[in-house]
Amino acid sequence: MELRSKVPSGPIDQKWTRHKFEMKLVNPANKRKYSVIVVGSGLAGASASATLAELGYQVTCFTYHDSPRRAHSIAAQGGINAAKNYQGDGDSIFRLFYDTVKGGDFRAREANVYRLAEVSNEIIDQCVAQGIPFAREYGGLLANRSFGGAQVSRTFYARGQTGQQLLLGAYQALMKEVQRGQVKLCNQHEMLDVIVVDGQARGIVTRNLVTGAIDAHLADAVVLGTGGYSNAFYLSTNAMYCNVTAAWRAYRRGAGFANPCYTQIHPTCIPVSGDYQSKLTLMSESLRNDGRIWVSKKADDDRAPGDIPEDERDYYLERMYPAFGNLVPRDLASRRAKDMCDQGKGVGETKLGVYLDFEDAIERLGADVIEARYGNLFEMYERITGEDPYRVPMRIYPAPHYTMGGLWVDYNLMTTVPGLYAIGEANFSDHGANRLGASALMQGVADGYFVLPYTIADFLARAALEPVPEDHPEVSRTLEDVRSRIDRLLALKGDRTVNSFHKELGRLVWDYCGMARNASGLKEALERIPELRQEFWENATVVGEGESINQTLERAGRVADFLELSEVMCLDALIREESCGGHFREEHQTPEGEAKRDDEHFTHVTVWEFTGPDSPPREHREPLEFEYVPPTQRSYK
Amino acid sequence: MRLKLHVWRQASPSDRGGFATYEAEASEHMSFLEMLDVVNEELESKGQEPIAFDSDCREGICGTCGMVINGRPHGPWKRTTVCQLHMREYSDGDEIWIEPWRADGFPIQKDLIVDRSAFDRIVAAGGYISVRTGSAPEANAIPVAREKAEKAMDAAACIGCGACVAACPNASAMLFTSAKAAHLNLLPQGQPERHGRVLNMILTMEAEQFGTCTNHGACENACPKEIKIEVIAMLNRDYLRALLKAG
Ligand SMILES: Cc1cc2nc3c(=O)[nH]c(=O)nc-3n(C[C@H](O)[C@H](O)[C@H](O)COP(=O)(O)OP(=O)(O)OC[C@H]3O[C@@H](n4cnc5c(N)ncnc54)[C@H](O)[C@@H]3O)c2cc1C
Ligand code: FES
Repeated sequence: MELRSKVPSGPIDQKWTRHKFEMKLVNPANKRKYSVIVVGSGLAGASASATLAELGYQVTCFTYHDSPRRAHSIAAQGGINAAKNYQGDGDSIFRLFYDTVKGGDFRAREANVYRLAEVSNEIIDQCVAQGIPFAREYGGLLANRSFGGAQVSRTFYARGQTGQQLLLGAYQALMKEVQRGQVKLCNQHEMLDVIVVDGQARGIVTRNLVTGAIDAHLADAVVLGTGGYSNAFYLSTNAMYCNVTAAWRAYRRGAGFANPCYTQIHPTCIPVSGDYQSKLTLMSESLRNDGRIWVSKKADDDRAPGDIPEDERDYYLERMYPAFGNLVPRDLASRRAKDMCDQGKGVGETKLGVYLDFEDAIERLGADVIEARYGNLFEMYERITGEDPYRVPMRIYPAPHYTMGGLWVDYNLMTTVPGLYAIGEANFSDHGANRLGASALMQGVADGYFVLPYTIADFLARAALEPVPEDHPEVSRTLEDVRSRIDRLLALKGDRTVNSFHKELGRLVWDYCGMARNASGLKEALERIPELRQEFWENATVVGEGESINQTLERAGRVADFLELSEVMCLDALIREESCGGHFREEHQTPEGEAKRDDEHFTHVTVWEFTGPDSPPREHREPLEFEYVPPTQRSYK
Repeated sequence: MRLKLHVWRQASPSDRGGFATYEAEASEHMSFLEMLDVVNEELESKGQEPIAFDSDCREGICGTCGMVINGRPHGPWKRTTVCQLHMREYSDGDEIWIEPWRADGFPIQKDLIVDRSAFDRIVAAGGYISVRTGSAPEANAIPVAREKAEKAMDAAACIGCGACVAACPNASAMLFTSAKAAHLNLLPQGQPERHGRVLNMILTMEAEQFGTCTNHGACENACPKEIKIEVIAMLNRDYLRALLKAG
């Protein structure tokens, strides 16, 4: 496997412009001769489909959802970053670039990040023109807020529903192209494999989730905008259906998988309440602007929060990080909460939680101000927990939220399989080892609207592809592979439910490859995951048939892939003998317990190559260079 | 708590379907869908087919979930989707009837899952503002009065779940269609395509087997996002204007 990043030469602020000029164009009259498959209708997939169709390509867009509008992007709350500097507070493309590289703990590719910052402004223009009802100031101009500890106000938002509004914008643009006949939309279709012919991605195999039909679809290029894999942890803030299957199947067909151990744990989620828990709910990060985080100074303190006097409370973030207090970055806030619970100071019935208290803020600002700021979040919290956060402190706990790792792509967003692209959260992307708040939406739409449509043209113009006949042996073979795997799943008639395997796997990955990792735990996980996988293939039970809606079968395929991915996640975490961003290795910390990077040995992307079902994956490295933002140790003291 | 559930089971679109009864054991901390998850786990471990129902975000934003509980779309709580409903609403011994959305525009696919792709087609007919990617003017070149933006956002908050259709005695899709039209028609960016949008969306809505609106108001009551029925009045006005203009 060869990793050529294809970063253009020249000064960083001219790379993208120059590259756009140097890339080949497809003659407008010829565009309709090219067909592109886009898998995914989230922000990345919908924006790419709509734009490619507008340009004249023939697009087919697949989603397992019953409507493209339901993709997980819909759930993003906080906002989207852009370097508009509307607030005149000193923001710039360079500052957004700088913050993102530093926030990623110096594990992202500089040129990609710069391009992301550069196109961020066009995104806002595009979205406003589409009618996205962003928050406005009284004068009618766009409002901003500061988000996730950024020192400038560069986040655009639509109440607490920014992802919803951005996705609806992209969805509407997509539906317009469906109406024009430029996009063929395939709802309720799950992609289960990539068809690779002569080393090039030439199509996919899908299962129609309603009829069970297995079909091959051919095209000149395939784009995966299939989201992240946080559900490897079973419990996460991701939607129930989010899964790694598309990316994983691509990996098994030769696409390198980069940095799988880089996962983000969000500090402010509603804690688990019981074994039946199906998913976790994120409480916006903005709550930390006014809420104070604390636990009792005493372990195993069973008193109600109101009965614990002020001097027996430990506002541990304020104590440890006087400069940033409750606003330290996500990874620190998460790890410290875990420490407190490990010391037996956790709160709530399960003891896996810490308080987020608004008492002082309500006293200082009044309940009405707090309601205006967080009313909808408080209501959401109360609905789930039955507790009133105006009177009782919220209980929060960290939860898996986002995956920085994903399919390796070059500067053109192409994976190591020619003709196969990955966009949005599905690629290993621009966030290095840690993503900043409000940057995932930015990246998803940047990829889909502004990057991929150019870079794919260059590929199509140069590739000189011959049409693939429908009865090509590779097509039949891939169809056969998919069919036999489904048959194998349907034949499982053991005595454990698929869900019980997913739960057990999630607990393993959370315990050993979650917020803090160490060599012995990871080795333990690396022994147990293959055992669990084997048990799955022997003892799981999949009821029902293949010819109609069968949600157990769908889940079984996804869990089977998580059982493979999580092993590579742990392997990746084991060999990365440093701490960086969301990857915290207990062996590598400063005396104060902070993450300690090892730039000398680990300034690279780790990329895994599939070598067969029974042999370990092969490790490759893409070295990273930092010309514009020299690596420094993060400090939030 | 122990509950008795009567759940609509229907193997396929052509199957007649009927209610099946299950005993469920639930804790008050569970969400309603988690209660059903537990029932399904049990069915699966006995080798029986679980109840097919759809849900994804489980936090009230994606619009995937939807079922009629004791006659009410999304169940008894106001401003709530069924995925946000929690079991503390119920007590030991309760009987619960669970059905899919029922409307000609939403054919049943299996059990509680219905086909809502008609909503996509209504949007495709005009629920957008045409902007070629990259051709947009500088964002702040189009100021939008704050109240306008807020009102547009109120309408844009629709999650497309279909509860409005399920609640309507005529199974009309007027609230859904009007909410999308209102969102776009309220904004300056939406003006050039306003008339065509309204005509085409209404035409498509009618072609999709949804009933006509008789101002019943059940939709507003059932809407988990509290979309107001005034958007319907707005659409009606726009429709008349568009018809006059089309002459
Ligand atoms: C609760 C929450 C809040 C968030 N808030 C923010 C925020 O405020 N700001 C921010 O920047 N980011 C936020 N994020 C992150 C951000 O929302 C996501 O990273 C981003 O939306 C991902 O977009 P995407 O297009 O890559 O993938 P998704 O939106 O996940 O879309 C994936 C698509 O792929 C399809 N798909 C997947 N696999 C297959 C398959 N095998 N076959 C067919 N179709 C398939 C799905 O149907 C779906 O259409 C948040 C995330 C969560 C969980
Ligand atoms: S599952 Fe998303 S709204 Fe209920």
